[in-house]
Amino acid sequence: MTHHSKKKHESEGEWEPKIIGFLCNWCSYAGADLCGVSRFQYPTNIRLVRVMCSTRISPHLVLDVFEAGADGILIGGCHFNDCHYMTGNFHTEKRVGLMKRLLKEAGVDEKRLRLEWVSASEGEKFSKVVTEFTEEIQKLGPCKARTDDMVKAKISAADDASETFRLKALVGKEYNLLSKGNAYGEEVDPEKLGGIIDAASRDEFERALILELARIRPMSVKQLGMVMDVPTDKILRHIVLLRQNSKIAMEHPEGFTPVYKTIAIGGEQ
Amino acid sequence: MASTDKVGAVMVVGGGISGLQSALDLADSGFKVYLVEKQPSIGGTMAQLDKTFPTNDCAMCIMAPKLVSTGRHHNIELVTNADIMAVDGKAGDFKVTVKRRALRVDPTKCTGCGSCAQTCPIETSDEYNENTKVRKAIYVRYPQAVPLVYSIDKDKCIGCGICAEECKAKAVVYDQEESTSEINVGSIILSPGFDEFDARLKGEYGYGVYKNVVTSIEFERMLSATGPYFGTVMRPSDGDIPEKIAFIQCVGSRDEQVGNEYCSGVCCMYSIKEAIIAKEHGGDIKPKVFFMDMRAFGKEFDEYYNRAQNEYGIEFVRSRVASVFENPETKNLVVKYVEKGEPKEEEFGLVVLAVGLRPPEDAEALSKVIGFDLNSDGFCQTTALDPISSSKAGVFVSGAFSSPKDIPMTVAEASGAAAKAATEIASARDSLVTKKEYPAELDISGQEPRIGVFVCHCGINIGGVVKVPSVAEYARTLPNVAYAEENLYTCSQDTQEKIKEMIKEHELNRVVVASCTPRTHEPLFQNTIKEAGLNSYLFEMANIRDQCSWIHMHEAEAATKKAKDLVRMAVAKARLLEPLENLTIDVNQQALVIGGGATGMVAALELAKQGVKVHIVEKDENLGGNMLKLHYLPSEEDPTEHAKALADEVASNDDITVHTGTGVKSIEGYVGNFKTVLESGEEIEHGVVILAVGGQEYKPEGEYLYGENPNVLTLLEFKDKLKKGEVKGDSYVFIQCVGSREEGHPNCSRVCCTGTMTAAIKVKEKNPDAEVYVLYRDIRTYGFREAYYKDAAEKGVTFIRFEDDVKPKVEDKGGKLQVTVTDEDTDKEVVLVSDYLVLASGTRPYPESEALAPMLKVPMTKEGFFLEAHMKLRPVDFATEGVYLAGLSHGPKFLDECIGQGLAAVARAMTILSKKTLEAEGIVASLDETLCDGCGICVPTCEYKALEIIVDKKDETKKLVDVNVGLCKGCGACVGACPSGALTQKGFKDEQIVAMIDAALEGVMDNEEVKQ
Repeated sequence: MTHHSKKKHESEGEWEPKIIGFLCNWCSYAGADLCGVSRFQYPTNIRLVRVMCSTRISPHLVLDVFEAGADGILIGGCHFNDCHYMTGNFHTEKRVGLMKRLLKEAGVDEKRLRLEWVSASEGEKFSKVVTEFTEEIQKLGPCKARTDDMVKAKISAADDASETFRLKALVGKEYNLLSKGNAYGEEVDPEKLGGIIDAASRDEFERALILELARIRPMSVKQLGMVMDVPTDKILRHIVLLRQNSKIAMEHPEGFTPVYKTIAIGGEQ
Repeated sequence: MASTDKVGAVMVVGGGISGLQSALDLADSGFKVYLVEKQPSIGGTMAQLDKTFPTNDCAMCIMAPKLVSTGRHHNIELVTNADIMAVDGKAGDFKVTVKRRALRVDPTKCTGCGSCAQTCPIETSDEYNENTKVRKAIYVRYPQAVPLVYSIDKDKCIGCGICAEECKAKAVVYDQEESTSEINVGSIILSPGFDEFDARLKGEYGYGVYKNVVTSIEFERMLSATGPYFGTVMRPSDGDIPEKIAFIQCVGSRDEQVGNEYCSGVCCMYSIKEAIIAKEHGGDIKPKVFFMDMRAFGKEFDEYYNRAQNEYGIEFVRSRVASVFENPETKNLVVKYVEKGEPKEEEFGLVVLAVGLRPPEDAEALSKVIGFDLNSDGFCQTTALDPISSSKAGVFVSGAFSSPKDIPMTVAEASGAAAKAATEIASARDSLVTKKEYPAELDISGQEPRIGVFVCHCGINIGGVVKVPSVAEYARTLPNVAYAEENLYTCSQDTQEKIKEMIKEHELNRVVVASCTPRTHEPLFQNTIKEAGLNSYLFEMANIRDQCSWIHMHEAEAATKKAKDLVRMAVAKARLLEPLENLTIDVNQQALVIGGGATGMVAALELAKQGVKVHIVEKDENLGGNMLKLHYLPSEEDPTEHAKALADEVASNDDITVHTGTGVKSIEGYVGNFKTVLESGEEIEHGVVILAVGGQEYKPEGEYLYGENPNVLTLLEFKDKLKKGEVKGDSYVFIQCVGSREEGHPNCSRVCCTGTMTAAIKVKEKNPDAEVYVLYRDIRTYGFREAYYKDAAEKGVTFIRFEDDVKPKVEDKGGKLQVTVTDEDTDKEVVLVSDYLVLASGTRPYPESEALAPMLKVPMTKEGFFLEAHMKLRPVDFATEGVYLAGLSHGPKFLDECIGQGLAAVARAMTILSKKTLEAEGIVASLDETLCDGCGICVPTCEYKALEIIVDKKDETKKLVDVNVGLCKGCGACVGACPSGALTQKGFKDEQIVAMIDAALEGVMDNEEVKQ
């Protein structure tokens, strides 16, 4: 009990942004090293994680990091056409696009996720980026992913949505579709494709959130609509699909309002 | 072969239930059929329906067998995703240019497994479910679609390439082009169906604006277990179950405002059905139907309507709804209407609009390309005396395309169109159909079973869950399994070749395929082993997809174990399989038509034109029947003259033998082999029977002074006098539903309302000042007949509605007739004084139907009409093969409908008469005579009348049951009933079933033994 209240007190009074940075081995990690070698200073809030290429960061990792309590995430990669792996950073850009879409859906300010291209020779830029980003997060305040149940549920839903085959497929194909054309050999209109991915992200997020909410207790379409602030007819359309895919079950209604409960897959095993 | 300039092929345009029936009838009687469909799959509107009236049968359940037969028929070529571009030539020899839009999937490679749709990331509205669900950009219209070939919706596809990567059969072809081909056919049948009326055009009902206002076809999907809500009725706005549902009738029908003055004919009945089903799904739902006239005019429809009111408590309100408004808070709908002159409003949770039927969107384009006329409403033009023919020779029409109509009438017309199309090219019968040749059958008697097992991955459909290699490995360990292998797709063409090779190489004498369902795939594999010389019954299937991998997707271990069990069971049965024989029955190619009215004459002539020798039997001295008594057809054609012409044509046809003035004394035999004795003593041998014994007008003796006052007449009597100029008077009262829709005769006689209109119009034409009153309960001038109702009203005929149970009173007031009736609209008593009282009395069956029924072992309705095999899809068939019905003895109907049914019976009969022999089922009941004691318990269990108790020829004191394998359909009902074990079912013997059970429980038994 005392432990708990102390923690609460801390978060209210002495809150400091917690920031995680993912840097690619070849450019931005080297840039960060150069920053150190050159003694450019930046705030202490960031903790850096080295990966071989920025494209390694799956959307769900980002969401995991927020779920774990981070307030901001910085992803650093090479400038376009500098990638050690040729096209890695092009894919990074598309994935970050998806993450931002999902963060927005989850009600997390998309500014909490920042993508920067930092080359091995841009030590000073790295310090500037980190300083600016820390200040920005400071202004935005704590992320609340661990303290607010609804934010938590929403981030968890965004996480689940990011793992759906549908979004992975769309975002996985996005770069190639835009740069090389589609299977019919046609050019793809970036705006149209962006619109399709926007809509798909929203749908998948909303479906994941329905499952998240109905996992805790059975809920009606109207309750879900109210909690999620989504029109009830749209909620019903999602339920139609989720039932079809055996993700959610209708509990036999008493009266005229059916309620739904998420099916725990493999629960019995 | 006779030389002919006719082409022995028919093109059927439109693959709904109508097109399916025409195609099957033609393909089964020696013609090649090209079935052209706009959509990528056939099935049409019926495939979208949940249940069907008046039997509440599941639409898909009764339709699926026809879909599958059409898809598999070797004489039917499906031309899907296609449009007719041009038609040249003439009747008997048309050249049709058909454009097939690109499916972007190779139909020869696609196995319909569906992995592509699962991974496609693009979601879009699902048209089949009326946009209540989503589908993918690569899709099939519905799960049971035929052909089961996926296609890409290019408008929605982004070309991401995932489906092509996913498809193990390499069937996706993004650069597939549209193709154009020229098809040579002798006749064309038009069955493109109808479009729904666009409910948005009735802005006052709020469709498209208010979420909880839906169309009847959307509601149909909402009721369906395969629909969006799994059968629970819900409001689209918020998923609540609506406590009260309003059904609004005549949306886009009988409505001058929207330009559709005709009645759509089917909406009253489908709304009653939808209300009943909604009520069945949720007992607390209260449906209310707002209607103008309840048009339940079909066979047994009124009984259905009565049940809806009395058993289900559905409310019916006679009123045209003025408008619908939404309560923005609750999304409930306020329905405003006027009842008995009083404005009212009531709140509902859901509103269902009974949308009418429109001609299909491409009707005009079709009429231009093919060159036939449309009527003023945009439907295909036909005539009352030739309801199946379009205005262009060699082009026939069936179904809703010629006028809005229900499924039974559509199916009858579809068969009728098949008959007409076949007559046109009768000389080219059998010229284009193929007959498969198979190698001589291998003799496997005395051989140890050597079983080959083929286990299918079905792409990843099975292999993604079940460990297929271990199932195949396991199969090898089973006794008598000589060979086992796994296939990516066991159904693919190359695997069929492989199976044949393996049969040779390993001397296999039984084959087991573990894959999907035998319901769709067994015939394919049976054909394969037959091509390798094995009897096709030496085959067994284990359903490890639909009933294993698909339902245990997250339990790989358990699913694999179950798949092994299923294979073990199939192998256990396979070990005991025996070759079965398809006996052949000789067919006597003559036909007997009983009844010489319009229906019988039309049927006889059509059969004769197809080269069949026909005997027609008529009880009266002259041919013609009721048609001689009809006057003033709506279309102005003179039926009497036409009846005489028909009779002359029949009498002078060399292929028709006319037997007048005699009835039928006895009929014996079965399909292909009937023997009939006439009362005159003549004996006729024939292969089929068409029952067209007709019906008669009810004579309402003792009602409304009929028979007491000479000016009280039935409708037919009145029209006859009117025609002869014997009617003189200034005032006329017509009373409807005399002897119909009442106790003992609960159903509608269908024709009397329209008959009254034409009589009233005639009276008004002759004497515009005449006072004409029609006392009615519902005016049932369905379809285009609505125009006569309107015409009568415009000519000044007064219509007064009386309550169902308060009949008008008639008194003789010294030469004048006084009719007292309570006007239901005003509740006021009205007294009419009239010169003539015309009773629109109902249609009754002829008593002789009752004598014929037991001779042919066919059933009857309570009212004494013949009862067909299935009210919806087999309207002119009986369960007893080779016996057909048509016309008034089936139920009351109009002349054009009788003619349609008469032609339908011809097409059905020709599926038998076009063959010299019939092949019987292989799976039939067989008898062990030593065990049978002739108890007869089995006899009534046989729906097909294949069983008969006879005297044992070897022992005159003993009785036996005789199984007529020609009639046996192999259901096994008699085997289940037999108390002495004398009857067995080939292919499903006790020991074969027990072997499967033992194999299934093998592990269980072992475990129990261990425990003990």
